[in-house]
Amino acid sequence: MLAQLAAEFPDFWPEWSIPYWLMSILRVVGGLVAVLLPAGGIVYLFLFKMMSFMQSRLGPMEAGPYGSMQLLAEVGKWMQKEDLAPENADLRIYRMAPLIVLLSTFLLIVVVPFGPQAWFTNFETGIFYALAVGSVSVLGILIAGWSSANKYSLLGGLRAGGQLIAYELPMVLATLGVVIQAESMNLNRIIEVQNTGEIFGIGWFGNPFIITQFVGFLIFMIAVQAELTQAPFDMPIAESELVSGYMTEYSGFRFLIFFIAEFATAGVFSFIAAALFLGGWGVPFEWFGWDNLGDVAWWMNFVGPVIMFTKMFALVGVIMWVRFSYPRFREDQLQTFAWKVLIPLALANTAVTAILKVVL
Amino acid sequence: MTLTDRQQLSYIASQAADARLNVELETEGMTLNIGPQHPATHGTLRIICRLDGEQVVWAEPVAGYMHRGYEKLTEVRTFPQVTTLVNRIDWLGSFANEVPFILAAEKLMEIEAPPRAQVIRTILFELSRIANVSLFLGDLGVQMGAITPVFLAFRDREYILNLIEGATGGRFHPNFDRIGGLKDDLPKGWIEETRGAVKKLEQFCDTIDDLLFGNEIFQSRMRGIGIIPADIAKDYGLSGANARASGIDWDLRRDQDIPLSYDLADWKVWTHPDGDSWARCWIRLQETRESCKIVTQLLDQIPAGPVMTKVPRIIKVPEGEAWVSTENPLGEMGYYVVSKGGLGPFRVKIRSASFNNISIVPWALKGVYVPDVITILASLYFILGDIDR
Amino acid sequence: MPKVPGLIKGLGVTAGILGKTLKNGADTVQYPHEKEAPPIRARGVIALHEDNCTACMLCSRSCPDWCIYIEGHKQLAPARRAGGKPRQVNHLDRFDIDYALCMYCGICVEVCPFDALFWSPEYEYSEPKIADLLHDKAKLGEWMETVPEAPELEAGAGK
Repeated sequence: MLAQLAAEFPDFWPEWSIPYWLMSILRVVGGLVAVLLPAGGIVYLFLFKMMSFMQSRLGPMEAGPYGSMQLLAEVGKWMQKEDLAPENADLRIYRMAPLIVLLSTFLLIVVVPFGPQAWFTNFETGIFYALAVGSVSVLGILIAGWSSANKYSLLGGLRAGGQLIAYELPMVLATLGVVIQAESMNLNRIIEVQNTGEIFGIGWFGNPFIITQFVGFLIFMIAVQAELTQAPFDMPIAESELVSGYMTEYSGFRFLIFFIAEFATAGVFSFIAAALFLGGWGVPFEWFGWDNLGDVAWWMNFVGPVIMFTKMFALVGVIMWVRFSYPRFREDQLQTFAWKVLIPLALANTAVTAILKVVL
Repeated sequence: MTLTDRQQLSYIASQAADARLNVELETEGMTLNIGPQHPATHGTLRIICRLDGEQVVWAEPVAGYMHRGYEKLTEVRTFPQVTTLVNRIDWLGSFANEVPFILAAEKLMEIEAPPRAQVIRTILFELSRIANVSLFLGDLGVQMGAITPVFLAFRDREYILNLIEGATGGRFHPNFDRIGGLKDDLPKGWIEETRGAVKKLEQFCDTIDDLLFGNEIFQSRMRGIGIIPADIAKDYGLSGANARASGIDWDLRRDQDIPLSYDLADWKVWTHPDGDSWARCWIRLQETRESCKIVTQLLDQIPAGPVMTKVPRIIKVPEGEAWVSTENPLGEMGYYVVSKGGLGPFRVKIRSASFNNISIVPWALKGVYVPDVITILASLYFILGDIDR
Repeated sequence: MPKVPGLIKGLGVTAGILGKTLKNGADTVQYPHEKEAPPIRARGVIALHEDNCTACMLCSRSCPDWCIYIEGHKQLAPARRAGGKPRQVNHLDRFDIDYALCMYCGICVEVCPFDALFWSPEYEYSEPKIADLLHDKAKLGEWMETVPEAPELEAGAGK
C-alpha cells in the first residue's frame, strides 16, 4: 500500500539541478546544522531534562518555556567571560587545543549521509576515513592537558591519551564486521544493504546490522562511550578527583568549545552508529517497493534527516542513560577491560562474521 | 639558532618554575596537593601526596583549615551556650553532638533525665545518624563518579530534616538537649510523620543498594582497596563503622551503660571481617537500616510523662570532672568536662571521631593509585568540622 | 566479563525514577513560584512584644554571640491606684537584634522571664546591605504578626 502511495507522489526532483556554488553553501550550512543542532538538542533533552528527571527534580525551568533557552543563556554567559590563561601555560598550544577537538567533530560529519542524495561527501572509504579522523581529538585533549601548566590537567590529559587510544581499537574492529557483511566501506552502500536485505526470508524488516552484528554493536557503543570520556569511562575528567581533568584551566569561550564538542561528538558518533547498525536514514525499501539506491524517491532527502535524527537521539539517550547511572572505572581497570575483554571479543566477532560470510 | 632575549627569559622562567616545584619537598616524582579546595574532600582538608606516575609514594593530611577554637570558646560560655556551639562540630548529625556533652554535665550534677526524655533523645540521636549516613551514601556515589545517588540522598534526607525541624525548630542545629531533659515536648502528629519518613528512608536504602552497591563497577572500585587490619585499626584509634569493618565487635550503644534507651529496642551490631573500603561502606548502609528499625521500635515505646526533671532556673554545675562518650554517626565522640562550680565549664576536651579516623591516612595511602586515594578517603568518612573543631 | 545483572538493575532504577518523575512530577518545589510552609516551631526570626519587656537584660547576657543590644532607663510611671505613689519602671529605649551575628539558637527566647520574645517561621528577610540586618525595636514588633500559635503536644506529654 505504501508502495502505491510512493509511486503516485509527483517526481519533479530530477528536473531541478543545483549550481555547484549553491551546493557548496548548502553543504557548509548543512554541516554546521548537523553538528550544532544535535549538540543543542542533546544538551537540552538529555543533560538538562533527562538527568534531572532521573534525579527526581525538574532541571532548568526559568530560561524560556520549560527551560528550553537555557543553553542559549549558558552560551551567552560563557562568551562574555574573561579570557584567562594560567601564567605558565604554553599559550599558543593552549589556545589551539579546543579547536582541534572541535575540528575532529566537523571532519567526522562530512562522511555521514542523510539521504540518497543528501550527503556531504560520498567517499568509497567512508568508514575508514571516519575512524581515522575520529582520533584527531586525542591530540587536542593531550595538548590541553600538557599546556595548562596544572598537575591535575596533566594527569587528566595523560589518562585521556591512554584511554582514547586503547578504545580506538575495539571501535575499529567492531566496524570490521559490518564492512565484511556489507562488502563495502561506503556508508551509503552500507545503508542500502541494510534496507534491502532480508533475514530468514522476511523482507519487510530489512537487515539492520544490529541483529546480526549484535556483539559488534555492543562493542561499538562501549567504545563510543569511552571515546567521549563519558562515565563509566570518564577518568580523564574524573570530577571528584581532578576537578575537571584536562579542562580545568579552561573557562569562558574555550570551555564552551570543549562543551559543545563533547556533545556534538556524541551526536556524530551516534549518527555513524545509526548508519552502521540501525539502517541509517532509510526505512526498509520493501515498504515502498524500491530495489536499490537509484530507485529511492526524491522526498527521502527531506525525510531521511528526520529519521536519522530520531535514531541518533535514541542512541544518545542510551549513552546518557548509562552515563547517569554508573560510577567510573579506575584507569587500570579501564585498560584491562579494553585490552583483555573488548579486543579479543571484537576479533572473535570479526572471525565469526568472516567465516559465516563465506559459508552462508 | 640564537634565541631572542625574550625567548631566553621565558625558558629560564619555565626551568625555575619546575625547579621550584621539585625543591619544595626535595623529592623525585610529582607532588600533588589534594585540597584544600577540592570536590572530593568533605570540606577544607589538604592532603600532600608525592606521586610516582599514578601511585602514591607518601601522603600526609594537613588539617586545621577549619579550626574554630571550640575548646577555647567553651571556656567563656555558659552550659546552654556551649550546647549551641557544640551543634556545629559534626554539622550533619547535629543532635548527636549535644548528647554526650549533656550527659557529662548531668553526670556531674548526678541527675538523670526522665524516661520520656531519654527515649526521645535516643530517637533524635538515631534520626541524626540516619540523616548523616544517608548523605554519606549519596556522596559516596559522587566520589566514585555516579552522579544520581546524591540527589536521591538529599531528597530523602529532607524528610528527616523536616522532622527535626518540626520537633526542635532547627533543621541543622537543633539545640534541643538541656541539662535534665529536653527543651520541649513533641508536637502533635510527629510520631506518625516519623513512621512515614522512616519507611521512605528504608526504601532509599534499598534503592542505593540496587543502584550503587549492586553495581559491578562500584564493587570492583571498592573491594580490596584500603584494607586496614584489626590491630592497625586499634592502634590508630579508629572507631565507629571503620573499626567494625575491620572485624572489631565494639559498639558503644550496646557496650556501655548510659541513660539512653537502646535496650528497649531489638537491634544488632554489624561487623565485617574484610576491613576494606567496601566493608566500611556496606556496614554504614546496614547500620542505617538498623537505625530505621530502632526508631520504629522506639516510637511505640515512648512513655508518658514530663520531659524535664526539676532543675534550678540558673544551673550551676558542681565541681568535678566527667567523661562521657557515645557512638556518634562518625565514630566515638566524647567530652571530658571539667567544672569548677560556675555557670559554665572550666574546660571541655572534645574527642572527635574524625580526627582519629584521619590519622590512618598516611599509613593507608601508601602505594595506592590516585583514584584509590579518593576511594579510601570516601570510605573513611570524615567531616572537617569534626576533625578541626 | 563482569556479571551483568547488577549493571542492568542500576539502569532499571534510574529509568524507574525517570518514569516516576514524568508521571507524578518532581520532588522539588519551584521556589520562588511555590513556597513550602515551614513547621510551626521553625526558627526563622525573633519577634519582640514590647509591652512585656522590662529591659532586664537576661536575653542580652545569655546570647552566645552578644548580638542583642538593649538600652533602657528608669522613669516614673503614674500610680496604679488613686492616692498611690508613682513607681519606678524600666523603660525600653533601644532593643536591636543583629541578625548578621545571630546563631538562631533560641536561648534568648527561652530565658526571657516575661514572655516578650517569640519565634516566628518567617525566613525571607535577606538584605543587600549587611547593616540592614540590624532589626530595631519597631521592626521586631512587626514580626509579632507572623508568630503562630504554639502547636499542640503529642499524647502523653507531661506537665
